[in-house]
Amino acid sequence: MNDSIDRHSKPKLARKAKLQFDSVRSLTLLLLPERVVKLNKTAADILHLCDGKRAIEEITKELELRYSQAGLESEIIEFVRDVSRNGWVEK
Amino acid sequence: MSAIDINPPYALLAELTHRCPLRCIYCSNPLELLAQTSELSTSLWFEVLTQARALGVVQVHLSGGEPLTRPDLDRIVERAAQLGIYSNLITSGLGLTDARAQKLSAAGLSHVQLSIQAADLQTADGIAGIAAFEKKKSAAEFICKAGLPFSMNAVLHRSNLAQVGDIIDLCRAWGAERLELANTQYYGWAMLNREALLPTAAELAQAESVYLQRKSQLQGEMELLWILSDYYEQFPKACMGGWGQLQLTVTPDGTVLPCQAAKAISSLPFENVRQRELSWIWNHSESFNKFRGFEWMKEPCHSCERKEIDFGGCRCQAFLLTGDAANTDPVCCWSPDRPAVDRVLAKVNTPPEKAKFELKFRGDSN
Repeated sequence: MNDSIDRHSKPKLARKAKLQFDSVRSLTLLLLPERVVKLNKTAADILHLCDGKRAIEEITKELELRYSQAGLESEIIEFVRDVSRNGWVEK
Repeated sequence: MSAIDINPPYALLAELTHRCPLRCIYCSNPLELLAQTSELSTSLWFEVLTQARALGVVQVHLSGGEPLTRPDLDRIVERAAQLGIYSNLITSGLGLTDARAQKLSAAGLSHVQLSIQAADLQTADGIAGIAAFEKKKSAAEFICKAGLPFSMNAVLHRSNLAQVGDIIDLCRAWGAERLELANTQYYGWAMLNREALLPTAAELAQAESVYLQRKSQLQGEMELLWILSDYYEQFPKACMGGWGQLQLTVTPDGTVLPCQAAKAISSLPFENVRQRELSWIWNHSESFNKFRGFEWMKEPCHSCERKEIDFGGCRCQAFLLTGDAANTDPVCCWSPDRPAVDRVLAKVNTPPEKAKFELKFRGDSN
């Protein structure tokens, strides 16, 4: 299932997962039933866009614009495959 | 204590009550159960949540006893959601109705963890001490219908270890997306029933191989977790990720503990939220600072390279088995007290292994 993630996939944050900005630690956390994952800025930005409506190519476009940077797609696909393997996003 | 870095906690275990309709023989609650009259009020729990969030807590495990016995549970869930805290309801399912599940979902509950005692009604109800199995089945339906993210958990011991495959099938059939298979840890009522609960080495190995096989089969469909039976391990568990590092427990009467079993350490004075701010307790209390860092350690821990991996194991287990919470967890093969664990294992593994032990149900006088 993970390998089927490509630029056309529309990943969605899993129901059990919540993104929360934590003002105490000044970073975004991914909250799960029995664990808390600290996210760096890029990871948080990607996951915020995983709403089940945007395809990865749209997420890429949006972030490339935001960061004024090109060629991010393969890294984003790799990241989504990783988090999907952990069950944090659904395809 | 200033030499030790103190990081903010991530999680709060909120034991809302010790009241529970079940009488499980391995209950982790203390032997002296707190009465309803000593429980914190709704507004005090609101205050605890507010203070906990300011301190860094982003996740609350609503537990007990049975948290559904508190009629204000949905208001506590709602307050957690308002504060941006992920809420996890840890429940037996007894007391859950269709309407209540909907109400908890609407209040912003993030996740439910439902317990199961065994794969069949007779065994399960024998362990719970009451007729609970059918009610749990209904509870699972209500949880799924309310659209709540849903895990289950089973505490494993010699009366249900052989069923581990059936337990996995049942939890899957009931709609759980995640299952914690937790071998019994010996505190509270489980310590009292230790020899009856401990499996033989062969029983444990057989169950673990079933778990590993099913885990790979169910990859991507259902998440399976296995909590080790630490008496059979060579090295102790990294209990709580270290004392006073990641989470804290507030008991029904407002006592604040570094771990849920810590009340058993009778040599430590514990604070209460009725008298002290949570941040003071986390940062400055004797009980939380006692076993932070490495300076408190004795040998063989103090000079051991594993101390940064397992922090010397569990303080409560060290206290229960050696009488001194600062000793190395006797599960460690380098602990001079390891024979205390080996003696119990020898008894359980010496024929006839199925010797009858008298069971103490939670709530029985002990």
